[in-house]
Amino acid sequence: MDTQVAFESQSKAVSSMAGTKPKVVARDCNVYYGEKHALKNVSVDIPNHSVTAFIGPSGCGKSTFLRCINRMNDTISICRVTGNILIDGQNIYDPALDVVQLRARVGMVFQKPNPFPKSIYDNVAYGPKIHGLARGKSDLDDIVEKSLEKAGLWKEVKDRLNDSGTGLSGGQQQRLCIARAIAVGPEVILMDEPCSALDPIATAKVEELIDELKSNFCIIIVTHSMQQAARVSQRTAFFHLGILVEEGPTSTIFTNPSDKRTQDYITGRFG
Amino acid sequence: MVAQYFLLLALLVISGYFFGSLRARSVAGGNFASMHSLPEYHGLYTAALVLAPMLFIFAVGLPSLLKVAEASALGHFPADLRADPLKSSATLRDIMNLASGGHSGAVAPELQDAAKTYSDLMSRGGWLILGLGLSAGLCAISWGVSSVSMSFRARNNFERFVNVALLLAASIAVLTTIGIVSSVMGETYRFFFDPNIKGKPGVFDFLFGTEWNPQAAMRADQGEISTAYGFLPLLTGTLLITCIAIAVAGPLGLFSAIYLAEYASPKVRATAKPILEILAGVPTVVLGFFAALTVAPFVRGWGEYFGLNVASESALAAGLVMGMMIIPFISSLSDDVINSVPQSLRDGAYALGATKSETIKQVILPAALPGIVSAFMLAISRAIGETMIVVMAAGLASNLTFNPLEAVTTITVQIKTILVGDQEFDSAKTLAAFALGFVLFFVTLLLNFIALRVVQKYREQYD
Amino acid sequence: MTDMTANIPTSHVRRLNFASTEAQARVRSRYRTEARFRWYGIAALTVTTVFLVVLVADIVVKGFPAFWQNSVYLDVALPAETVDPKGNRDTAEIRGADYNALARAALAAAIPGIEGRAAKKQLNELLSSGAADNLREEVVANPTLIGTTVKAKLLLSDNADLYLKGDGTSITRYAATRGIATPTATTGEVKVLVSSNDFAEILVSIKRDLELRGGALEREARRLDGNPDAGAHVKELRAEAQGLKDRYSKPSVAETLDARMPTRLIATNGGLIKISAISDSEATGEVLLPLTSTAEAKAGDWQIVTYETPEASRNVNDRMVTFLEKLKAENKVASNFNFAFFTSGDSREPELAGILGALVGSALLLVVTLLICLPIGVMASIYLEEFAVKNWMTDIIEININNLAAVPSIVFGLLGLAVFLNFFGLPRSAPLVGGLVMALLVLPTIIIAARAALKAVPPSIKEAALGVGASKQQAIFHHVLPLAMPGIMTGTIIGMAHALGETAPLLMIGMIAFIVDVPQGFTEAATALPVQIYLWSDLPEPAFQAKTAAAIVVLLVFLFLMNGTAIWLRKRFERRW
Repeated sequence: MDTQVAFESQSKAVSSMAGTKPKVVARDCNVYYGEKHALKNVSVDIPNHSVTAFIGPSGCGKSTFLRCINRMNDTISICRVTGNILIDGQNIYDPALDVVQLRARVGMVFQKPNPFPKSIYDNVAYGPKIHGLARGKSDLDDIVEKSLEKAGLWKEVKDRLNDSGTGLSGGQQQRLCIARAIAVGPEVILMDEPCSALDPIATAKVEELIDELKSNFCIIIVTHSMQQAARVSQRTAFFHLGILVEEGPTSTIFTNPSDKRTQDYITGRFG
Repeated sequence: MVAQYFLLLALLVISGYFFGSLRARSVAGGNFASMHSLPEYHGLYTAALVLAPMLFIFAVGLPSLLKVAEASALGHFPADLRADPLKSSATLRDIMNLASGGHSGAVAPELQDAAKTYSDLMSRGGWLILGLGLSAGLCAISWGVSSVSMSFRARNNFERFVNVALLLAASIAVLTTIGIVSSVMGETYRFFFDPNIKGKPGVFDFLFGTEWNPQAAMRADQGEISTAYGFLPLLTGTLLITCIAIAVAGPLGLFSAIYLAEYASPKVRATAKPILEILAGVPTVVLGFFAALTVAPFVRGWGEYFGLNVASESALAAGLVMGMMIIPFISSLSDDVINSVPQSLRDGAYALGATKSETIKQVILPAALPGIVSAFMLAISRAIGETMIVVMAAGLASNLTFNPLEAVTTITVQIKTILVGDQEFDSAKTLAAFALGFVLFFVTLLLNFIALRVVQKYREQYD
Repeated sequence: MTDMTANIPTSHVRRLNFASTEAQARVRSRYRTEARFRWYGIAALTVTTVFLVVLVADIVVKGFPAFWQNSVYLDVALPAETVDPKGNRDTAEIRGADYNALARAALAAAIPGIEGRAAKKQLNELLSSGAADNLREEVVANPTLIGTTVKAKLLLSDNADLYLKGDGTSITRYAATRGIATPTATTGEVKVLVSSNDFAEILVSIKRDLELRGGALEREARRLDGNPDAGAHVKELRAEAQGLKDRYSKPSVAETLDARMPTRLIATNGGLIKISAISDSEATGEVLLPLTSTAEAKAGDWQIVTYETPEASRNVNDRMVTFLEKLKAENKVASNFNFAFFTSGDSREPELAGILGALVGSALLLVVTLLICLPIGVMASIYLEEFAVKNWMTDIIEININNLAAVPSIVFGLLGLAVFLNFFGLPRSAPLVGGLVMALLVLPTIIIAARAALKAVPPSIKEAALGVGASKQQAIFHHVLPLAMPGIMTGTIIGMAHALGETAPLLMIGMIAFIVDVPQGFTEAATALPVQIYLWSDLPEPAFQAKTAAAIVVLLVFLFLMNGTAIWLRKRFERRW
């Protein structure tokens, strides 16, 4: 019964995207952790130059799905992924594709700020260095500056680029991690509850930043906070028990959800 | 030859890196971002291509060259000499001495010829290996350079090399075990079953014989000296000293651990722990010196005071000091297991009004028992395998006794005594040491294995 | 249930009556047990600490004197005809001259009048066989000294050195003599006649000594009485005791002295006479230092000297004591820091033996060990911690490493002997092989430490690197490994300290040879510091005991420094995540 509903809602979600060319396309995505079936038949289209929020109760599979998009799940040995995920029409689970290059195209920001215990400059410069993006020192300086500017951190740290990244405040650290992610010029940025470890002021800054970044990137954000999803996202997907229940424009999901479970979650009946 | 080869190897590896990355730079034309791998990785890949075959050629080439050179050098001598492993190894030593110019005095003509053959072969073979290595290295460089392209996955390929290297490094530990097992097992097998070994005992005589006297007749004219390879005196000696050691270290170590884990203030812990660590770090040769020169006379003095007859190298002195050696061992392992007993168990006992010592005796120790037992087993295995203290303080007399005031000998002491100095590899005496090593290795292995398993199970129970 | 409880009479609910004497006694006894238990712990820790303190103190006290060494300062003549007979100042010839003979001549001049082969030999035994080594180098460096007389520092022999460090005898001098003493000669066998009974007390104490000795023999005989094998021996003991009894039971009969009694001497007329037989007023003995004349010495002008420790219980005989006391009285001996201990190799002569060879051997060995086990240990731990897929193969490797860490070290020696020496034909006694064996021995320790260090780096760092598109290897080698490095270094240093102190496997591979030269390379025969300690501890000369303890002090200092560095590293780079 449940699966029936899920299928219906999914096909609805997919059809509602007709017209615009999606950036990320997932079809029948399943994830297994050993015996556990963590994600069941997820199909979704995610548009470019917008923010898509994944919401749902804990353990619903939203983070798992997010980590499928840059294949971070590969690092967990017992994890198995089936189905297809396409970015610009290219299957990222194609064995011929180099996962390292994929991750350069799909940046990621983690739940807890995790700057390298190195200088601010080195944090941002690391990605460009390993991908050969800079042609020289001045080019690299330029990339670092631009990335920090885009992350709204340049003014705060420009005089102390050689200080350790771990010495910054929590919000600054998270923006540094965003700068680090955008320094390699990704097309998609995945954010896994990027504000859950931050105070409200830092959260506001990061949300502001996400809003600015959406003009250049396809941003997918996992969040626990429905308010945050409502504030920053254009589209929202609701996950429940490993199933993508409903996906659509944020306003529709929050005001007029088509599924009872979405309704219950949004009105606070569970979660 | 070895030095030259490694010089060449280093040179080729460096130039491989250099040419590989240079070529990649020129192919990329500055556009590194659209190239799959950074130029450094093309360089590293080429260097790895050079390193692998050159190491292989060396590892295979040198031993086979040595074998060939030795065989043809011995070809100058009659067949019966070649058949006798003792004589042929002695002759080989002479040949090598002569070839390296270390031999003085008059030399037999055939030895002269053999040495000439040997050094000729060695130098020609050395050049051959160098040549092979050079050509392999150059081929590898040209291959690596030619494979450079925008889409070539040099990083992935290089990382595959690194992965293999990591795996090889991890398997060294297994190779070590295989080396130990094969060397002690091989020699032990020969000790019992090789028909060419004279004076060897039967397995039964070895295991249950009560006399140990491995004097081998060194020359034929010394005649037959009666040898005996009865293992029992060594076993009882080892057990006696181990028992004394555990009797000392068991209570001291366990009570130290209990006090440190349950009673001590952080300050006391901060002082006592380093003291135990220092004691654990004292080399056993130092403890042996202390046992032989301070504790043994002390024990003897007290024994005489009470009218007892104490040997100057008594089992008691060695056992006491060995006990001191394993105190930190028992205390730190027991401390760990006591600390990992969940607080909830203690809380349960305290809530019933139990005193601390009652909680410890009736709740914590029973819960920690498996861990403590394995700590004791590891300590016993350490005591059985300890060499220097018993070598210096326990002596050589193979007495079948349980009197701690007498001199006894142990397995390790006998291994050391037999194998120190020049030994012929084909006498029963030398092989006996390996048989003892076999016993030692497997007894300690068994104790360790069981102890580690018990600890593991215990950890899982409370994790 | 609830209504049932209501019906239970209150007597069924047992409550402790804390006021009862019984309960109070129980509580008191429980607290006593508690206190006792606590004291067991304190006692155990105290015993352990005391042991460590005694161990260290014993070794430092034994070893400390060996860092100093006594020399005698004498005017040594360097006649040209001995040192440089051809007069061409040829370095090799100057070096080849017999400087020890010159030194002996100088010593003979400092203590004149010594006659007799034995006496002369004992005088010469005061000097080390390497006494003139410094002098030789001085003359070689500065040939203008030839033909002159120089004040040279001559190294004393081990026993003389030990005596001067206090390992000899105390000496008492009794000057309140009452009679006039007349010696019959100035050298050789002498009789001293005294006009009063000055020797009576000595005679009494000799008799007392004999009585004690007889008593000990009697006790020993009684102890062996029951033993049927010792019958003949018991008879001998009884006969000897009877002989002694015959002597001590007659108070005033003259006595002979032997080496098991304190040595008594008469100092008169600038000389010294060792008494061998004595009566109340007459003593016979041998002249140790020649007298100036046979003139009478008035009461108080001559002394009775006693070397309290019997000659049989010390390493220097009466003559050497006499000579050394004379040199000391003339301020000709002095103690210097024993630099040679750190700058020379092993020697059969304790006073010449040093630890440089062993130190260099240990250093070479540790270099080999470090070069092998640091890279292999790090690589293996990276593999096991980061790359290994959980399967039976990695399980085997893991079990293996844990078990190898507890295999007795002597078994690694067997491995080295069978595999490295016999199979691969590597040279015996070489630091190369020692280093290989030690590398295998400490590899498990380093792998376990390195894995712990890698595990301590939070996975978020690795994820961050993977997130920006680093490959797994890049993430590990660029980020995780550098962060784990302090922990790995700490483990490595502790492993190296273990390798430095390990002895048994080195004995197996022949690093136990007596090697005088300082090793120059990895394949040369060498020994290592702990093996040197073992070798010296086995030697009979008492001076080597002090050397052994001194070498242990050096070893412990090195271990202390290494472990200290490891602790410092751990504190300095410890990171809280």
